Amino acid sequence: MSQLTEIRWHARAGQGAVTAAKLVADTAMLQGNYIQAMPEYGPERTGAPLKAYTRISSDPIEVHNNILNPDIVIVLDDTLLDSTDVTEGMPEDGIIIFNTTMTPEEARAAVNAPASMKVATVDATGIALATIKKDMPNTPIVGALAKVAGLFPIDLVKERLILTFGKKFSQEMIDANLESADRAYQEVHE
Amino acid sequence: MAEKFSATGNQMVAEAIRQAKPDVMAAYPITPQTTIVETYDKFVADGRVHTEYVPVESEHSALSACIGASAAGARVATATSSQGLAYMWEELHIAAGMRCPIVMANANRALSSPINIHGDHSDIMAARDCGWVMFFAETAQEAYDNTVVSFRVAEDPNVLLPVLTTLDGFVTTHAMDVCVLEEDETVEKFVGDYKPLYPLLDTDNPVGQGMFATLGPDYMKQKLIERRALDNAMEAIEKHGKEWEKITGRPFDIVDTWGCEDADYIVVCLGSNAGNVRFEARKLREEGKKVGVVRPRVFRPFPAKQVAEACKNAKAVAVIDRSDSFGSPSAPLALEVRSALVRNGVTAPVSDYVAGLGGADITLEQIKQVFTDLENGGTDQITYMGIEG
Amino acid sequence: MAEQISYSGTAGFDYDGYDNWDLSDFPTGYVCPKPGTSVKCFTGGWRSMRPIWDAEACTNCMLCWVYCPDSSIEVKDGEMTGIDLYHCKGCGVCVQECKFDALKLISEAEALAEEKEGE
Repeated sequence: MSQLTEIRWHARAGQGAVTAAKLVADTAMLQGNYIQAMPEYGPERTGAPLKAYTRISSDPIEVHNNILNPDIVIVLDDTLLDSTDVTEGMPEDGIIIFNTTMTPEEARAAVNAPASMKVATVDATGIALATIKKDMPNTPIVGALAKVAGLFPIDLVKERLILTFGKKFSQEMIDANLESADRAYQEVHE
Repeated sequence: MAEKFSATGNQMVAEAIRQAKPDVMAAYPITPQTTIVETYDKFVADGRVHTEYVPVESEHSALSACIGASAAGARVATATSSQGLAYMWEELHIAAGMRCPIVMANANRALSSPINIHGDHSDIMAARDCGWVMFFAETAQEAYDNTVVSFRVAEDPNVLLPVLTTLDGFVTTHAMDVCVLEEDETVEKFVGDYKPLYPLLDTDNPVGQGMFATLGPDYMKQKLIERRALDNAMEAIEKHGKEWEKITGRPFDIVDTWGCEDADYIVVCLGSNAGNVRFEARKLREEGKKVGVVRPRVFRPFPAKQVAEACKNAKAVAVIDRSDSFGSPSAPLALEVRSALVRNGVTAPVSDYVAGLGGADITLEQIKQVFTDLENGGTDQITYMGIEG
Repeated sequence: MAEQISYSGTAGFDYDGYDNWDLSDFPTGYVCPKPGTSVKCFTGGWRSMRPIWDAEACTNCMLCWVYCPDSSIEVKDGEMTGIDLYHCKGCGVCVQECKFDALKLISEAEALAEEKEGE
């Protein structure tokens, strides 16, 4: 039986959600999985709400449509909760990870998530500002995902980060990203 | 052996063009084709290609420059989408009539109005009668393979026609997928050198190009020659596609079929939607329903025989179009499929569906509905899907 | 009258029987394999008005030569020698541009009648 994991990302344009969706896919690919990562663009401007998707499977992936029933939902910006039903289509045993300063209990209440759903929170923005020195919560949230969903070990995320950023960024920037992923892995609350 | 890596459809198309080493590329960026041009521009800036890149001021100029370069004897590539393709309309015919083997990628996208930047087949279907060979890719990998093969087909002495290698806007252009990039040398060897027939730059043998033919039978004769050249493309695609299949190990079928041998109900569709339809069809098969899927990978020339052959045992056929032909009794793909079945004596009734316009998601639920409709006798009018709510 | 245009004998390409060519006889892309043939095309027959040149009044300013869209002002050693009536379509631009009344436009019928008289 094939193992298909579907992740839906909620973010605002400019937060790096598409990059994160791809980072997760690329990390899973290092394990020999088939992957898909795609954006669902709305109006093309910074700050606009957007969705992105990641699919991970042990078998080739044929479907190319949007993910309607995600196993995992990641919310990169909690101000979206006023306008977006982030739990839409999720199964009862789904996982939802927030970038927020709320506690897991507060976040669970904010989206009316049932007790069967796993809710995790991490201050990815705070971690990003402390490490990368920019409001880019995308790398830390992947560290949190590694901890909460157990799709892949944190070391694999870091290996992938080095592969991806190695060509483009300074050592300082790479180290900051690695640290942000590590910290989110440690600091995520369930 | 080429390694697997992750890439978007646009990246793969840019890589295929790079490996085919065109002499000239004249292009104008437009969503969702932009990253093809952007990526290629970077190849030029990094000195990885020796292509003369012409940053023109419009798509009309882009294809005009491409035609000029092709007439001069260059191998030429370009890319566009939607309004850009529409703006190229008069040049589309000229490129085909002058037999310029230009390879153009198109990121299939909706046409205005209303303004919409997302994927469907409205733009590309409006170009279907312009005399170009037309490929539809289901995946990023196929977009790459189709583009590589496009150069061979375009420059085949029995064809010498421009080729549109298309991929669905966003769904394929922007989605990251697992892909394989063949070695540069492999592609270089496969595509080979282009030897133009009557290059304008051959000043020892001057010729006139883009000539005048009025009154008398010349114009009609030329159009018949053009039709035959496009018909000849079928054999060329088969030949070059199979050779590429042998090199890569990836199937290159003019018509991709799934479960058709014993299928009662068959859905025909194009491009990226086929994966969704197959996914749903697999589930229905598990429930014991005899369903099949037909996906023409080539739309021009239209593989009528292959489509009819795949549908010959079906009780009913449905076609899911991603564009409409306003005023016509059928949407574009359905029109072709009906004609193909009738001409080849296949009597299965055809039901028409239009779905996924302007980037609307074609959901598994919609696809299931189509199969259910077929079981219940089909429909006798065009059904627009997903307009509820 | 209109000279019969013959393409036969042009290098490597035979236009004989052109009207009965098979589709396979045409060069691909309807290319004209022997270009520069417009010089052989008699366009003088399109004329309803004819420019008449007065050599006495002419100052060889060459304005007409510059403006003529059909390169029909004949010049030798920097001096105008006449009008190429095989190609002149009688548009009258030369007459319009001449500053010295050295060119006038008369009807082609009148011009032909004068020619006949002269014979």
